[in-house]
Amino acid sequence: MSEKHETHFWFYLIGTAISIIALVPFLWMISTSFKSNGALLALPIEWIPKKPTFESYSKLFQLSGFLSSSFNSLFVAVLSVSVGLLSASAAAFAFAKLRFKGKDLLFMVFIASLMIPSQVSFIPLYLIMNNLRLTNKLIALVVPCVFKAFAVFMLRQQIMSIPDAYMDAASLDGASLGKTFFRIILPMCRTSLVTLAIILFMDSWNDYLLPLVLMTSKEHFTLPILLNSLSGEFKTSFNLLMAGSLLSMIPILIVYVCSQKYFSNGLQVGGIKG
Amino acid sequence: MNFGNEKMIDSGRRGWRRALPFLLPSLIGMVLFAYLPILISLFLSFTSWSGISRISLTHGFFKFVHENFLGLQNYQEIIRSSEFWTVLSHNFYFIVLYLPLMLVFSLTCAVIINSKTKGSGIYRVIFYIPVLTSWVAAALIWKWFLSFEYGPINNILSFFGIEGPLWLQSETLAMPSIVLASVWKDMGFYGMIFYGGLKGIDPTYYEAAQIDGASRKQLFFKVTLPMLSSVTFYVVMLSLINAFQLFPQVMVMAKDAGPNGATQVMVERIYKYAFRFGKMGYATAYSWILFVIIFFFTFIQKRIEKRWVNYDV
Repeated sequence: MSEKHETHFWFYLIGTAISIIALVPFLWMISTSFKSNGALLALPIEWIPKKPTFESYSKLFQLSGFLSSSFNSLFVAVLSVSVGLLSASAAAFAFAKLRFKGKDLLFMVFIASLMIPSQVSFIPLYLIMNNLRLTNKLIALVVPCVFKAFAVFMLRQQIMSIPDAYMDAASLDGASLGKTFFRIILPMCRTSLVTLAIILFMDSWNDYLLPLVLMTSKEHFTLPILLNSLSGEFKTSFNLLMAGSLLSMIPILIVYVCSQKYFSNGLQVGGIKG
Repeated sequence: MNFGNEKMIDSGRRGWRRALPFLLPSLIGMVLFAYLPILISLFLSFTSWSGISRISLTHGFFKFVHENFLGLQNYQEIIRSSEFWTVLSHNFYFIVLYLPLMLVFSLTCAVIINSKTKGSGIYRVIFYIPVLTSWVAAALIWKWFLSFEYGPINNILSFFGIEGPLWLQSETLAMPSIVLASVWKDMGFYGMIFYGGLKGIDPTYYEAAQIDGASRKQLFFKVTLPMLSSVTFYVVMLSLINAFQLFPQVMVMAKDAGPNGATQVMVERIYKYAFRFGKMGYATAYSWILFVIIFFFTFIQKRIEKRWVNYDV
């Protein structure tokens, strides 16, 4: 009995210690974002601002780029998720349920592409987008989502577990392949689709390298790129930068809290892509 | 799908005709955004392209090749430059510091989440929050957190009478600072992978060991750790591969790669050569070297995974 209590004690102690490590930087961010310019540079530092203000938040919204880049990020993320899921689930359906020559080989080619790191292909991607005249168009950030190999892989597993009887029944009722896919297969993949939607949303919302390279004019910045450029412009206004960082996290936190149960099972798969 | 008599026809042209509409978007995407870029960058790595002149296949492609072709010169130049080896050593320095810290922290996170004591669910949520944050936001937070005068860390240190260091502005501590931020950000992510591994361990192993009178410490080192070997291997390899792709934290936390270039790393160099210094050809050669290194680790992983690892989970 006493041994059990002792282990519990250690779990709480270490768990709480790591929680503090995980959270203190965020608390410091929140605290800083409510400081006035004067309080920001007060010594000794104010752990909790003595006179909290919304100064930096209102300043942030007055900056020309902030609202527009938030909309850009949302636009790109929502479109990326839709395009990515639709394209990947269609391919997964073909790989799982249709019969065609060279299927296994093609699937291996799909999966092998996971070994190509995006850090290696971003220069030619810039060149391709430039040739398609898509640089400084938000669509350029959406288009590459048409190919998501790990999503195809994950959805294929899921679709293979659906018994063929469902499809036979549909074809007996005269449903076309497309109809079978949209009406029967997709609804049965709900869990994987939601998990993948979260992964794709996070990837897109937090992406840095590709928008940094492809979006060079301010009106096309996504949030991370705007924050990056603000950090050069307002080097010392950390209250402003912390307010921006905090606001940029909110959509992800909302998604995270609303989808707790999906987070425990499928998310590691997405991590493979980094 | 079982359409009985269609079996024979399905594998022929008809099979493709049915599958193609479903495959086409992904197929085009794969060619255009996965394999073509690798080939283009291989081609560019043999040229002196600056990135300014337009390259077009239909207009003056051969003239371009004629004027810009260098052969292996970019690669030779990179390998011979001392900068490349310094940059590579920075990547390795990052890994050497990062890996042990990350393993200890993420394994601890996993054990705590898996302990099923009251509140472990809340810990799970908390440990994962840094993972959700974009690197730009996280890097800004840490830059401010490590500020020499106004940062909490140095203020706590000064409370104990220690004068805090310059962190990101110091040549020796810039990289360790980036490691700290990276461990903080990644521990929840790898923790969840370890947690998956812990969940998979058959409880009968513990029961058997307990009957034999094993202590808790023995249970952990003699049962848990060996049973986690495959997951640990996966985590080490994944983090190695990710460590070579280290980039946003370096860009945001240490502007212009830190004091005296102390935090110059591979991807940062590639980005700067391509988009700041106008040496696209040189940059793509750099990126191909990176590709080979990453590919090497992926290959090793696939190879060794089969032999060395305890799959008895």
